[in-house]
Amino acid sequence: MSSRLLTVSPSPHVHSSESTQKIMYRVVYAMIPALAWSVFVFGWDALRVTLIAVAACIAIEYLIQKYLLKVSPTVSDGSALITGILLAFNVPANLPWWIIIIGAIAAMGIGKLSFGGIGNNVFNPALVGRVFLLISFPVHMTSWPVNHQAGIDAITAATPLGLLKEGIKNGTPISDIAGLPHLNDMLLGNIGGSLGEISAILLIFGGIYMLWKKVITWQVPVSIILTVAIISGIFWMINPEVYVNPAYHLLTGGLMLGAVFMATDMVTSPMTGKAQVIYGIGIGIITISIRMFGAYPEGISFAILIMNAVTPLLNYYIKPKRFGGK
Amino acid sequence: MLKTFKLGGVHPPENKLSKNQKIETLALPKSVFIPVAMHIGAPATPLVKKGDKVKVGQVIAQSSSFVSTNIHSSVSGTVKKVDFSADSSGYPKQGIFIDVEGDEWMDEIDRTTDLVKEISVDGAEIVKRIQDAGIVGLGGATFPTHVKLVPPKGMKAELLLINGVECEPYLTADHRLMLEKADEIMVGIQLLMKAMNVDKAVIGIENNKPDAIQLLKEKCKTCPGVSVVALKVQYPQGGEKQLINAVTGREVPSGALPIAVGAVVSNVGTAFAVYEAIQKNKPLFERVVTVTGKGVLKPSNFLVRIGTPTSELVEAAGGLPDDTGKIISGGPMMGKAIPSLDVPVTKGTSGILLMREEESKRKEVLNCIRCSRCTSVCPMGLEPYLLMTLGEKQIFDRAEQERVMDCIECGSCSYTCPSNRPLLDYIRFGKGKVGAIIRSRKK
Repeated sequence: MSSRLLTVSPSPHVHSSESTQKIMYRVVYAMIPALAWSVFVFGWDALRVTLIAVAACIAIEYLIQKYLLKVSPTVSDGSALITGILLAFNVPANLPWWIIIIGAIAAMGIGKLSFGGIGNNVFNPALVGRVFLLISFPVHMTSWPVNHQAGIDAITAATPLGLLKEGIKNGTPISDIAGLPHLNDMLLGNIGGSLGEISAILLIFGGIYMLWKKVITWQVPVSIILTVAIISGIFWMINPEVYVNPAYHLLTGGLMLGAVFMATDMVTSPMTGKAQVIYGIGIGIITISIRMFGAYPEGISFAILIMNAVTPLLNYYIKPKRFGGK
Repeated sequence: MLKTFKLGGVHPPENKLSKNQKIETLALPKSVFIPVAMHIGAPATPLVKKGDKVKVGQVIAQSSSFVSTNIHSSVSGTVKKVDFSADSSGYPKQGIFIDVEGDEWMDEIDRTTDLVKEISVDGAEIVKRIQDAGIVGLGGATFPTHVKLVPPKGMKAELLLINGVECEPYLTADHRLMLEKADEIMVGIQLLMKAMNVDKAVIGIENNKPDAIQLLKEKCKTCPGVSVVALKVQYPQGGEKQLINAVTGREVPSGALPIAVGAVVSNVGTAFAVYEAIQKNKPLFERVVTVTGKGVLKPSNFLVRIGTPTSELVEAAGGLPDDTGKIISGGPMMGKAIPSLDVPVTKGTSGILLMREEESKRKEVLNCIRCSRCTSVCPMGLEPYLLMTLGEKQIFDRAEQERVMDCIECGSCSYTCPSNRPLLDYIRFGKGKVGAIIRSRKK
C-alpha cells in the first residue's frame, strides 16, 4: 500500500457509458436503411459514390490534422464517416469521382477543420460541401440518374420538385404537369433525386431510431415538418393549380433528409428545446420560400446553413428554464 | 407516477453492494484524530491539551460562534497532541490526537438500547441540546443542525423534510439506519418537529429501498403528522432543493435557503443523532459509514467512532484490494478522493468507496460536440458547457450573470458528457472566483 500512489481528483468519480463515438455510430446506423434503398434503386453507383465520399472525408481530415494542423487526428470519432455518408446522400448517384472529392475537400477543409474540427464548426460540413458543389457544378449536380424502380426509360430524370418548378414557371397548371409521381412512390422512394433523399419512410425510421437512442430531440424535425406542412397547406388551399399539395413538399426533395439528419446535427443546432423549435421554424420558412418563390427548386440546404448561422444567437438569448425562478 | 424533481438529473448504476449488510460496530481503534472543523462554519476551539485524560462523550473543542458546533471525544484515553493533519480535503487541519485507553463513557450517557419514546423537554431546550451535542447534517453537508431549526426573522417553517433519499450510488448507511433504527428515527423526527414548532413532516425515500419505505410507512401510522413519500430513483434527489421540489413542488429561489419556502431538510442520520442526544444524553461521536467498492471483499456498514482512521475501516471490510486506484470519502458523485488511509472518519463521512485502478482514471477529453446533454441533466437549469468555458476563459462577470452560483456541484454534467469534459472542475473554479468577487463587493 505505502509504495503505491492513489489518484486524487475532484468529483464526480464515475462516468456514464456515453461517448462521442457511440453517438456518432448511432447516426451511422440510422442512415443504413436509406443507404441500402439507394443502392437498390440506383445500383452499385450509389455505393461507389458513398465509398468515395466516406474515404475522401476521412482521408482529408486525417491529412489536414496530421500534416497541416499537426494535431492528433480525430478520424476515429466517427464524425468524418457521417459527413462522408451525408455528402453522398446529397448528390446524384452518377456524380463523377473527382467532383465528389472536391465536395469532400470543401466539407472537411472549409466546413469543419478551418473552424477547429469537431464541435467547433458553425455550419454543417456536409451541407457546405453540397452547396459548394451545387454552385460550382450545377449541371452535374442536377442531372439525376433514373430510379430503376420508377420504370421510366431514360438516362437522366428530373426530380418531382424540378418538374414542378419548370411547370409552374411555364404557367402550366399543376394538374397538367406530366410525370409527377404518386404519393405512395414518394413515400417509399420510387422517385428521382439525390442518393439518400428519396425514401421518406426509411429516413423517418432512421429518425425514430435516433430519437429512441437520444441522439436527436423531436423539436428540430417536428418543427421543420410542421412549418413546411402548414405554410404549403395554406397556399395549396388558396390555389391548388399554382401551389402543390403539401405532401409533395414533405415527401420529395431533401426535406426529410434535411429535417432528420442534417438540421439535427448537434454541433450546428441550438442547445435548448425552445431555441430548437425557433431554429426549426426558421428552416421551414426559408425552405418553403425558396421552393415557392426562389430560383432553385430545392431550398433546404440553404435554409439549414442560414439557420446554422443564427444558432449562436439563439444560444445566447434563449436560456433553459432555471431552477428557482427568473 | 412516482414523484421526482422537475429539472434534469441522471441515474448512474446504483451498485448498492452493501444494502443487505447489517450495521456492525467497528472495533475501537488504537488512536483517533478528531479535526476541530468537521462542519460548515467556524472551527471549534480546542479545550484540551497534551496529556489530558478524556472520556467518551466529553467536550474537547467548543463551538466558537453561532454557526459552529461542539466537538466531543469519541474515545477514552490520553490526548497525545493538538496538531495539524490531513482530513478528507487533503489539506492539513487542526485536530486532537487521542491514544485510546479502555472505553469509559461520560456518566450521564444512557448506554442501554431501550427505546425512549416520551418527549419531556420543550422546543427551545431541544434546540439547545442539539447544539450542545454537536449535531450537524449527517448527509454530508455538515451544516450545524441547530442553526437550521431557528428560522431567520420574518420567516416561518411549515414543514420538516426528512432526507432518506441516499441518491449517491454505492452508499447504504442511511438505508440500513432506516431499517434498523426506525423507531428511534421516528422519535428523532418528532423532536425536530417540536423544536421547529411544525406539525407536519415528510420522509422522502427513493423507490430502490422498498423495505425502508414499507417499514417507515408502518411506523408513521402511530405518528401523527409524519408521512413517507416514495420517490423515483433520480440523482441528485438528495440535494436539499431537489428534495423540496420533488416532495412539495416548490422551488427554493436562486440564492435563498430552503426556509424561504417554509421547509427545513434534515437527514435520517441526523434525526437518529437527535434522538440519541435528547433521549439518551449521547452527543454525536459516532456514525454509520458504508465501506464499499467493486473490489472490496466484504462491503459493509459500520458504526464508527469519529476520528477513526480510514485504514481501520478498510481492514475490517476485508483489507485493501491490490488494484485500488482511488479512495473516496463519500459517494462516487460528490465524494472527495482522499490522499491516504490515515484520513479520519468525520461527522460528514457517509462512506468509504474503494475504486479499482481502471475505474479511477478519467478518460481522454475531447472537443465539445454541443450535444446539450449537460444542459438537459443540470438539475438547476444551468448551461454547464457555457459555464465551463466562462471559467476556463476567466470571464467571471458573465459567469455570474449565467448564475454559476446556483450550481450545487452534483456532477451530473461531467458524469453525462460524452466527450469526457471536466465541466464541473472549471465550474467550481468559476464559482469560487465569483463567490470571492461577490463577497468583496459587500465589504
